[in-house]
Parts: sequence; C-alpha cells; structure tokens
Amino acid sequence: MQWETVIGLEIHTQLATQSKIFSGAPIAFGAEPNTQACAIDLGLPGVLPVLNEQAVTFAVRFGKSIEAEIAPRSIFARKNYFYPDLPKGYQISQYELPVVGKGQVEIVLDDGTVKTIGVTRAHLEEDAGKSLHEDFQGFTGIDLNRAGTPLLEIVSEPDMRSPQEAVAYAKKIHQIVRYIGISDGNMQEGSFRMDANVSVRPVGQEAFGTRAEIKNVNSFRFLEKAIQFEVERQIDLIEGGGTVVQETRLYDADKDETRSMRTKEEANDYRYFPDPDLLPVEIDADFLARAIADLPELPDAKRARFQADYGLSEYDAGLLTASRELADYFETVARDSGEPKLAANWVSGELMAALNKTEVELDASPVSASMLAGLIRRIQDGTVSGKLAKQVFEGMWNGGGDADQVIESQGLKQITDTGAIEAMIDAIIAANPAQVEQYRSGKDKIFGFFVGQTMKQSGGKANPAQVNEILKRKLQR
Amino acid sequence: MALDRSDIEKIAHLARLAIAPEQTERYASDLSNILDLVAQMDAIDTSHVEPMAHPLHMAQRLRPDQPTESNQREHFQSIAPLTEDGLYLVPKVIE
Repeated sequence: MQWETVIGLEIHTQLATQSKIFSGAPIAFGAEPNTQACAIDLGLPGVLPVLNEQAVTFAVRFGKSIEAEIAPRSIFARKNYFYPDLPKGYQISQYELPVVGKGQVEIVLDDGTVKTIGVTRAHLEEDAGKSLHEDFQGFTGIDLNRAGTPLLEIVSEPDMRSPQEAVAYAKKIHQIVRYIGISDGNMQEGSFRMDANVSVRPVGQEAFGTRAEIKNVNSFRFLEKAIQFEVERQIDLIEGGGTVVQETRLYDADKDETRSMRTKEEANDYRYFPDPDLLPVEIDADFLARAIADLPELPDAKRARFQADYGLSEYDAGLLTASRELADYFETVARDSGEPKLAANWVSGELMAALNKTEVELDASPVSASMLAGLIRRIQDGTVSGKLAKQVFEGMWNGGGDADQVIESQGLKQITDTGAIEAMIDAIIAANPAQVEQYRSGKDKIFGFFVGQTMKQSGGKANPAQVNEILKRKLQR
Repeated sequence: MALDRSDIEKIAHLARLAIAPEQTERYASDLSNILDLVAQMDAIDTSHVEPMAHPLHMAQRLRPDQPTESNQREHFQSIAPLTEDGLYLVPKVIE
C-alpha cells in the first residue's frame, strides 16, 4: 500500500525580552540556579502577574510577518497540570482568542516549487522551570530560573507531507523570528524547540490517521530523522495489523528512534479556563502601528529584491538572505564595490569557506564588508588578478590590513607593463624553440604551455589578457 | 446534569485532592446541583448580553520590559523543606 505522511509542527520560540512575561525577574542565560526566580515565578500566595509589553509587541510583529490576523482582544488561560517545575500548578497560556490568528508562510521545496504552509495560530505563554533528575539520590532538583520566560508557541496546520517539508517550514519560521529580532533562535540554549505531530494515511484517503506527537526536538537534523523514524514505525505497525495509539513520544538521537513517554491518559486533561488574574489584552491601532513600525524587510522580499536588483540567481539570493547579518554584509560589499555578482561570489565563496573553516561568526569576521569591497575594486581595476586576489583575501583574513596594504606588502600587484611582459615572453620563446616549432606547425594546444611559462615567470602576476594577446602576436609572427 | 462516582474520582485525581470514599456520593450530588444551576442559567436568553471574559470592564495593563527583581534566593529558600546547590529538592518525579 502507498502511504502519505501528514505532519504539523508546534514551535516554541523564546522571546528576546529582558525580563519575564509576568514578572520583573531577569532572564539572562546561564545564571546560577534560582537566582532569577522571584515570588511571582515561584507561585507564592498573593502575587499577581503583570504582562510584559515587549512580549505582546513581539507576538504582534511575528503575526504581521506571516500575514496573520492580530486579535484586537485576546485572553490568557490557565492550563492545569501538576509537575514540580510548574510551581503554580498551572501554566499561563492562551487557549481561545490567541494574539495571533491564521497566517501562512511559503517554503521552497527541493525541486524549486513553492508551497504555502498554513499557520493556525501563535499564542503567548510562560515557560516552566527545569528539572534535574540525575544528580540527587531519590530526589529531583528544581531550577526555576526559566519559569516565566516568555514563549511564543507557533502552531502550523497539518500541511506538510514529508520530513523535508517539515524541516523547510521549521527553518523558515526560525529565519523569520531571527530576522524580525523577536528571538535569538539559539537551539542549543533551548530558544527554539519543536514538537511534531505525525500521522500516516493511505494515499487518496481524506481522513487523517491517528497521530503521535514527538516532543522537544531541538535540531533540524533530529527533526528530520525523528519524523522519518516515526513514519516508518507507524507504517510497519499498521501493515503488521496493529493500530497507532495517540501518544507523546520522545526522540532518542543516540539510538535514532522515538519511544513512548508512557504518560497517563488523564494527564492530557488540562481543564483550561480564563485566568482571573489577567484582564483581556486589547491591541488597538496605535499599539499595532508602534509594534510593526520598524519591522525589517522579510527574507522572501529580500530574496526577490536581490534577484531583481543585483541580478543574482535564485540559489545565490536564497543563500545570501539566509540571515539578516549575511544579507547586510553582502549588500555593503555589493554597494561599495559596485560589482554585485563578484560580491555574491566572494561572500558565498571565499568568505563563507573561511568562516566555516575557522568556526568564526560573521560579526567577528576579520575581513569586514568594506575590506572585501576594497579587494573587489582592485580586481575590477586590474591591480590584482582574480587568482592572486585569493592570496590578498587570505592576507586580510590574517590581519595584514586592507586590500591595498596586503597587495603592497606581499608584492601581488598585477604586471600590466606591456614592455615587461614582452621581455618575459621573448625570453621564453627563445628558450623553447621546439615548442615554438610545434605551435607554428599547427599544434594549437601547446599555446597553454607558453601561458603557463609566462605566468610562472611572473609569479602569477602578469595580466592574463595581455599575456594571451602578446603571446599570440609573437608566436604567429 | 448528574455526576457519578467515577466522575468525582477523576476530578479529585486531576486536582490531586484526597476524598474519602464515603464522601464521594455527597460530592457527586453537590457538584451535580451546581451544574444544574448552571444549566438553569444557560436556559436564559442572553443574546442581547455582551459576553464577558472578566467582571472588570478594563483591559490588561502592560509592564515595561525592565528587570526589577533582584536575587533573593536565600530568602526564598529559607522556607523550602529541602535545597541543595541552589536547587529546590523534591521527591524523584521520574520512574
């Protein structure tokens, strides 16, 4: 039987605020346990939550970025369950009336087709604390620093049909939240966590199969592998006469498998109700306008503009708009050098390779955008050949100053003095009479030998166009 | 709407409340009465009444995003039954 995979994603992205969503406790990463947990985060009696304006602003910014409706009025609800890292016995979340309603994003599939993925909703909620089960005999250690950290939970429609589509969608959301500056998207630190709802159904069947939810995946690679495994597990199960049970599963990266969390059924009865401690949130036209006033150009728009304005291929435009920092870097190089295509090649080639090789982040690159633009100008005006430019780049990377300084100090200036090149070529022709004879008797291929000799003689610095021209003239005679 | 024994047991478990078996019947009838009252109110035509999410006719006030709380861990942990290395210790919660 042919099976079709159906995937929906829930993504928890941590909002880049300074303080918590309902309290004034700071949220710096890596603080000593429980030093950033105040009375509100601890759920002490008598405290009241007060909503962080920036968290609402960030939610609105996200909503606008995915063409979603922003609820003029939204409410917070209590999601009730018991776990020690949730001191109140409920998580403040949104159930009915989330801040962000239906929206959508576009993903580009491997074959180049564009697919629209629906976003059902995005709502604000607080994170729970952290449980440490390992270090204490018979006890669990609780760190509540993370409790109350603002999250935006982004829920997709079940629109994805393969693990690759799910990854493309997750990457798109990741790109957007980083572009618009609402989250650092740091996956190692848990700022971007994904849950995947996965089911299978026979091709052609309309009704969805029973789904399993894979919880808390924190890398794109694991997301793809976890879904892949889960799809195979479900198909094997059904074809073997079994049925899929609706349950929560965890992905074990070491074993590359998902396994049941064996949660009790009633654990999912959250008994949501409106939180009486919080009033309805009203977002009026003023607030909306302020929230999105400085919304930057979004990745899709930037990609299209790079293609149109700079004549980049779709591939290059996609590559160079992967992050806002990279896109800004490229634009500076393109503008300052006046050579967008060369700029694209150098940024996606030499620069990216050097960054990857040395594991340096772009903002710490020893070669700044204006330095790279300077090098491209020197290639363009013939001061340095394209080949030796790589040496200049290396020199700049290793702290040798700007392009002009490296060219000067390493003597990489291109030889364009016709007299000098002619003298070199005369000597080579005189030293290789046999090859000259071969060339003149019609063996055109030997021409490359002379070019090679000349370049070698000049230390790679002779202007190649001039070398070609002079050689042809002198060899023909 | 009538709640039976098993409904009461389930609700009590979800709320982590210990209810003595002999009390279950009484809770079942009390809670059923409350639901009946709600049903009675439900029967009233409220089509002309604006829905209410909160008894106060106000919108949520928002707080500027500034850290205002300082570290008071010692203070908070002085009332905790058990702490170690800055962590609150609770009975092991994973099998």
